[in-house]
Amino acid sequence: MKIAVCVKQVPDTWAEKKLSDSDKTLDRESVDGVMNELDEYAVEEALLIKEANDGEVVAVSMGPDKAEETVRKALQMGADSGIHIVDDSLAGSDSVATAKTLAATLKDQGYDLIIFGSESTDARMSVVPAMVAELLDLPQLTFASKVSVDGDAVTIQRQADYGYDEVQASTPAVISVVEKINEPRYPSFKGIMAAKKKPLESVAAPSGEPVGLASARTEILEFAERPPKAAGVKIEDDGTGGVKVADFLAEQKLI
Amino acid sequence: MQFTPEHEQFRKVVATFVENEINPYVDKWEKAKIFPAHELFPKVAEIGGFGLEYDEEYGGQGADHTYTLVLMEELGRADAAGPPMGISVQATMSTPALHRFGSDELKRKYLIPAMEGRDVTSVAVSEPDAGSDVAGIKTRARRDGDHWVINGSKMWITNGSQADWICMLVRTSDEGGFQGMSQIIVPTDTPGFSVGRLIEKMGNWSSDTAELVLQDVRVPVSNTIGEVGRGFQQQMVQFQDERLTVSYSAAMGARRALERTVEYLRVREAFGRPLIANQYLRYNIAELMAECDILIEYNRSMAFRYAAGEDVSRMATNAKLKVGKLTRQVADLVVQYHGGMGYAEENWAARYARDSRIIAIGGGADEVMLRVLTAYEGMDRR
Repeated sequence: MKIAVCVKQVPDTWAEKKLSDSDKTLDRESVDGVMNELDEYAVEEALLIKEANDGEVVAVSMGPDKAEETVRKALQMGADSGIHIVDDSLAGSDSVATAKTLAATLKDQGYDLIIFGSESTDARMSVVPAMVAELLDLPQLTFASKVSVDGDAVTIQRQADYGYDEVQASTPAVISVVEKINEPRYPSFKGIMAAKKKPLESVAAPSGEPVGLASARTEILEFAERPPKAAGVKIEDDGTGGVKVADFLAEQKLI
Repeated sequence: MQFTPEHEQFRKVVATFVENEINPYVDKWEKAKIFPAHELFPKVAEIGGFGLEYDEEYGGQGADHTYTLVLMEELGRADAAGPPMGISVQATMSTPALHRFGSDELKRKYLIPAMEGRDVTSVAVSEPDAGSDVAGIKTRARRDGDHWVINGSKMWITNGSQADWICMLVRTSDEGGFQGMSQIIVPTDTPGFSVGRLIEKMGNWSSDTAELVLQDVRVPVSNTIGEVGRGFQQQMVQFQDERLTVSYSAAMGARRALERTVEYLRVREAFGRPLIANQYLRYNIAELMAECDILIEYNRSMAFRYAAGEDVSRMATNAKLKVGKLTRQVADLVVQYHGGMGYAEENWAARYARDSRIIAIGGGADEVMLRVLTAYEGMDRR
């Protein structure tokens, strides 16, 4: 079974994120990059499926030079090889351009499964897995909280407000996983050392598709920092404090 | 001396491990006066935290000593010193002699399960009447055919109530002094072995510390590590690793305590401005931070030299002495600068002060280090 797992480098969850003044995109240089947390679950799921069915796991990432660290982390966790799509023309790509780039890179490479985290902590749109499935004309099994593979049949539990749907498709297929589907492993010392010797290929953006900021279908005209939190209302308790608090909550339509 | 990208990647893994697997549980474990070693140690093994410098054949990682430095520095930044102390015992205090001097059979039977985190281990040297004075130990193993029959007691045993086996230094002859001691692996399920009591301590609450009692404990002679009668010398080699690792983790722990104090002084206001605006406070912190930085660099130099095969016993003694003194100064400052909050048990500063006080005592007290250093200079000869 040949599995691709798509991973994205995002700014550290706890870091203060900024938009750059020049092109109004996320300033990725000024913050530490980490593997998108949900992608860790995707890597773990890919490794679990590989361990149960044999085969190989290829980690794929699109991003600037620094994003190589994230492909490397997937290798440290146990992926067999990595592909880093790095190209100046890709800077500022929106989700459509990202999906097109990934789809073109993944197309016709014999992948049985393509696994994603269900969203990234920076853009939070949850659309790239579905777009890639559409572009590759593959079934999409998104928001999986459980994945089971039996021969060429893949069944997932698709997380929903009311519980889950069971969805089945045959391979090749695209899967996106939700949090808590598994317990992602830590890279180990031996994993770190082994990753040094694993193939990690840097490839340019596939030609023919308009990508980058200029192709984006949305444009950021203006942005401003979130205003600092305003001071709250202070209620002195002169015996009527309870009533005043209740009035305040009612005013805010909270009670 | 230079860290590679792999050192930095391993550092990140250990830091994340501390953040996810230790820090969230520290309050609970401190209250329980024990951390669950049999749950935590397999996870430590998963990242390669045990046996970094040991042969892969025996469950080790095949790394060099500089990775132990990285591991210990990051463990030193944990929110309580108890669990890291338990991990350090297994990684660098109870197992080095077994790895270095033990037979193939002994290593397969005892080292591998410890490296996989399935077995929890302790080292037992001190006794109620002999601590720093190792030559004063009295626990005695008498030979009976293919077995040792051990009688005596051991004190201050970290992981002592949870251990599956213990690397124990005992007398195996009547020669006395530094002669006639041996290191023996004592499985704790052997009849006659018991935990006499758990010792309530000033700090490191989440780490269990036990007094052990041995009454006619029969252990195969093949459980002897290395040579019969060379136990003291082998234990001295094992002690050196302890001095190194204590210094690595405590220097980094002191640095973090100062950093956390700065964070507090930035938000705590008094007399209309944050406390950090007070030059007296920040100058004193800066001075201790400088000392931490110098010690951290000294530690790193020592680690790289050790990895290159140099004898660093004197450096290790210097570092252990310095870190013992420095943490006492740092602990005093962080409590003082937190004011009443520093004295409150709900705040980390009080725990830091309690936990760190052992640094100057355990692993060879300051005074033992001074005794060793005076001997290096020949000052002990008149």
